[in-house]
Amino acid sequence: MSDNILEVKQLVKRFGGLVAVDHLDYELPRGSICSIIGPNGAGKTSFFNCLTGFYSIDEGDVIFDVYSLKGLEPFQVTRLGIARTFQNIRLFGNMTAIENIMVGQEPHLHSSWIGTILGTPGTRREEQMVEEEARRLLRFVGLRGKGDMLAKNLPYGDQRRLEIGRALASKPKLLLLDEPTAGMNPAETLQTTQFIQRLRDELGITILLIEHDMKVVMGISEKVTVLDYGKKLAEGTPEEIQNDPRVIEAYLGRGAAQMMAEAA
Amino acid sequence: MHENRTLDWRPLLRAGLLAGIVPLYTAAIGMVEVFNAREVVQGLLTLGEMLVIFPSLVVGYLVALGLRRSGSNPLVTLASALIAGFIAALPVTLLVLINAAIPLRGMFVSVTPKLIEILLFEQEQMLTGLALLIGALTLAGGLGGLAAFIPDRFRRALIVSLVVVILSGLLSEFIKQILQQFISRSLLKQIVKGKSLTSQAAAAIFVVTYLVSLFWSTKGQDVKSWYAGLPAAQQRQSRRVWRGILGIFLLLLPWIMGPYLSEVIDNVGLYVIMGLGLNIAVGWAGLLDLGYVTNFAVGAYITGVLISTGPLGIGARLGIDPLNFWMIIPIAILAAMFTGFVFALPVLRMRGDYLAIATLGFGEIIRLLALSDWLKPYIGGAQGILFISKPDLPGLAELLPLADWAPGFVELAQKKGVLSGLLKLLFYGEFSGPQELYYVILAGALLVLFVALRLNNSRTGRQWMAMREDEDAASAVGIDITLTKVLAFTVSAASGGLAGAIFASKVGTIFPNSFSLLVSINVLSLIIIGGMGSIPGIVVGALALIGLPELLREFSEFRLLLYGALLVVMMLVRPEGLWPSPVIRREMAAVEEESEEPPPTDKGTPETPQALHSLWEPTD
Amino acid sequence: MRARLYRLNWVDVVLNTFRIVIIVAVIVGAFNTITSGKYTGDQWVSLIMSGLAQGSIYALIALGYTLVYGILLMINFAHGEVFMAGAYTAYFLATYSARKGWLESQPLLTILSWILLAALVSMGVAVLLERVAYRPLRGAPRLVPLITAIGASFFLQYTFKGLYGSAFRTYPEVAALKGSVEMGGAQIPVVQIFVFLAAVVLMVGLYWIVEKTKRGKAMRAVSENKEVARLMGIDIDKVIVFTFMLGGALAGAAGVINGLYRPQGVNFFMGFFPGIKAFTAAVLGGIGNVPGAFLGGILLGVIESLGPNLVLDGLGIPAANQLKDVIAFTMLVLVLIFRPQGILGERLAEKRA
Repeated sequence: MSDNILEVKQLVKRFGGLVAVDHLDYELPRGSICSIIGPNGAGKTSFFNCLTGFYSIDEGDVIFDVYSLKGLEPFQVTRLGIARTFQNIRLFGNMTAIENIMVGQEPHLHSSWIGTILGTPGTRREEQMVEEEARRLLRFVGLRGKGDMLAKNLPYGDQRRLEIGRALASKPKLLLLDEPTAGMNPAETLQTTQFIQRLRDELGITILLIEHDMKVVMGISEKVTVLDYGKKLAEGTPEEIQNDPRVIEAYLGRGAAQMMAEAA
Repeated sequence: MHENRTLDWRPLLRAGLLAGIVPLYTAAIGMVEVFNAREVVQGLLTLGEMLVIFPSLVVGYLVALGLRRSGSNPLVTLASALIAGFIAALPVTLLVLINAAIPLRGMFVSVTPKLIEILLFEQEQMLTGLALLIGALTLAGGLGGLAAFIPDRFRRALIVSLVVVILSGLLSEFIKQILQQFISRSLLKQIVKGKSLTSQAAAAIFVVTYLVSLFWSTKGQDVKSWYAGLPAAQQRQSRRVWRGILGIFLLLLPWIMGPYLSEVIDNVGLYVIMGLGLNIAVGWAGLLDLGYVTNFAVGAYITGVLISTGPLGIGARLGIDPLNFWMIIPIAILAAMFTGFVFALPVLRMRGDYLAIATLGFGEIIRLLALSDWLKPYIGGAQGILFISKPDLPGLAELLPLADWAPGFVELAQKKGVLSGLLKLLFYGEFSGPQELYYVILAGALLVLFVALRLNNSRTGRQWMAMREDEDAASAVGIDITLTKVLAFTVSAASGGLAGAIFASKVGTIFPNSFSLLVSINVLSLIIIGGMGSIPGIVVGALALIGLPELLREFSEFRLLLYGALLVVMMLVRPEGLWPSPVIRREMAAVEEESEEPPPTDKGTPETPQALHSLWEPTD
Repeated sequence: MRARLYRLNWVDVVLNTFRIVIIVAVIVGAFNTITSGKYTGDQWVSLIMSGLAQGSIYALIALGYTLVYGILLMINFAHGEVFMAGAYTAYFLATYSARKGWLESQPLLTILSWILLAALVSMGVAVLLERVAYRPLRGAPRLVPLITAIGASFFLQYTFKGLYGSAFRTYPEVAALKGSVEMGGAQIPVVQIFVFLAAVVLMVGLYWIVEKTKRGKAMRAVSENKEVARLMGIDIDKVIVFTFMLGGALAGAAGVINGLYRPQGVNFFMGFFPGIKAFTAAVLGGIGNVPGAFLGGILLGVIESLGPNLVLDGLGIPAANQLKDVIAFTMLVLVLIFRPQGILGERLAEKRA
């Protein structure tokens, strides 16, 4: 087994004439927290969608652990151990918070509909375990006592946390977070950052983030990758990226990069 | 708050005309005339007259209520109510006048002389009649306006008891059917005469319900808190007692109701079975299946072919004994499930609205094939399959020499009465009429109910709901959408097959035209109106949509009109249905609590609870 | 080391098998029929012509579906009833004018007046439908307006049953449209040519409105992007009402044209099947696409007309004409499975998350 939990080789995704991901190579070390940044439309979310089976891969390959993800459907990817959250929270709005997490445990469940109808002991035991595990996870993400609320009626911050809780319920090896702090105030952002760090430290989950908030990115990432027009623009430690003129240029344009350079 | 002393004409005109459309519309489509045949209270009020008068009453009430809330002068308020009632009379007056100038009947077939007679309160002189009509509606508006001045508590009791009187008037035939088994004829005549309530019975019902609801509004809270204060064990016990009473009631129901009403209950039961099945696809899995009749037809036709003793049954075709009804049940269910599975495959990748239209296409394809000459040698074409036998069981009398042991009981079983019918069924095991078939249907409904309850709160149920809420997110948590969808269609089809098998055996003859799109629409309407995803809602929906129209024969002509209107109104005003599922109900209560202070109602625009609209994924 | 988990998708296998079975059945059926020489060339020509005529009626109704779908992304399930409302109401004017002898003296003007009345009535019904049933539900989940539309469909059917009765009525005969002309050896009824031409004229008119007028441009802007259109100062409500008016008017006109082509069967239920078929036509051509709806309608009409004789007959199915509607519904399902974007529709970008 290699040290990289995820290896992306020459990945290409096209939409008609538009190349959203362009011959991208990427390696994600096991047990790390890494980030992907880049201007709007740089192909970050497309990249996530390729990893999780939402987009079919046009060229290249993605190796997770020992498995190739090419041609897999999202649910198969999840069952292999990759969980994700969405940029614009996608909870099951008309289900309660606890039901959301119970659904999240899907990859580890075995009971069938026939067993359910017959009420076999195995089914009952599993149902009980699912509920206990869901309560535990609710506490873990700080939603104790809110389990019976409909997901859509939870406040925004709670919804973000519930979505992470749902992703954790599948006991993933790799967690993909798409802008987990979007729309949060500084205090909440700090809380979330610490929470992400704990996930890695305590549960040993490898984490890959897409993030706009540079404070978050620079604070917790071990490796930062900058995408632009679907290509890798730069890669390195947060310090290296912060000082890379190409990155500043991509974000702010050429003139700004020169000015920064002159000022420095 | 300043007192408003001037009349505000524009909203009055709008409200009045809106209310006036009701009598005009119902008169023009023939409803008034047909409903006029039914008296609600004998010699006092017919249903047809109610259609004409009630809108004015309601609009007067609403106008006055709105004005009182905004603190208007009482006289202005009352005058507004009267004027609204008057305006509401204008459209229908216009109809009468135009018809006098140019007879409309050549085009509008429902504008008959009889209708005009009704609208003119049977007056010979048109002018007197019109004066009466306008006067009555204006007065009704004023009365409604007066009602707005009654203190809250009394007003609520008044409304409740009026509704109860009208309902019992409508259902008086039903009440009569039940009562005649228990009370003497002469007493019955005091209560129900012909098809309507006598005025003294109406008055009695009014007074009693008024007092009860008044009592409940003052003391109801105490009773509730007293019950909540009981120890848990006692509560459980009382619940058990209630359940026991319900069980006995369900067992004796057909003999209490008599054969005619049992037929109605049987139909309701069949639709409950189908509703519970379709609810899996529509309510839980979010797949709008408009071809549910397919499963019903497959169940019925397979039963027909396998147990018919006629020329199309396997008896005559293959020279073997036809199967019996009890063996056919699992076969019909499996056949329907297979159909559900097969028809699920093509629609797996379709978007929600396309899926609906495609399933509708399937339903029609099946019906047209059943009608065609091509398949006629097998399933009879338009003539259908005849001679489908009724279920029977070995009765006690066949198993034991009962006649020797207990001749008294056997004698009892030959008589009429509540117990006798049940005994007869036990002794001879023949499910020959609607009262006996009721038990087959009850068993089927309970079975389906059991399965639905088990699945509701399970891994499978959660998979379906997650898929309904957001297919992509469901896929991202590891749900195999393809399998989940196929399973929803397959399981949902099962109860269609069961209902089809029972139906075929019950009616004895099946024709393709019994399996039209209307069956699908009926089932869909009842689950939507009852409350999507809600199991008690389905029972309520079936009682309201299938049971009521059969009790009120006048309604049957307008059944689909009312279904259509109800579907639209429900979607606009109360998308969660009459009896929403517990989670939705709890959330509604929570939303209501948040907005303690009701905002001043703005009439004309129906309030849409946006929060409850997202039964499925939002548009984008 | 890497493991491959990619499995052959069984749904694809089933669907492709289904596709192959249908194609084989069509080829075998057609081959058998043609080699058997049961029908002459003239018969084929006249079948195609009647398919064209029927298809142009579908096309006119389909335009209403497509216009509304293009703007609101909803299936106006009650559109068939809009068609019925015009056709049924104009029937009364038609019999009246036939009785008065206007049809004899001024056939063109009289028929135009029927079309005008039908278009007005259908337009009114469509606008009312939008105002009462659809507008309050804008932005609601997609299936909610569909359920409303189904409800509205039944409500309208039975309203017109109550108003005009449940009898089957027949449009008066138009002497000017009787007779036939010879084309390629076959006798083509004049009425079929008239129906086709009328549909083409209406279609061209619609195309001109959508492409060239200010209102039409506003419609296209709204269907591209509602928010941007609003920011550009376009009154979305007005555009939507205008769309329903256009669709309604075409459906009403189609009602009268249908009455000329097939005078019998004017009834409160007459809109239901044409409605579903027109929806099929709209999907076939690419829903939201105006020329597509026309093409889809014509195509569906011809397939429906040729199908029973060409394919089913060859497969040895008796009384194949009974299964005409089965062909239409099968077409619907096939298109929805294999080419939901239709013939002229663009493939929507693969976009899920």
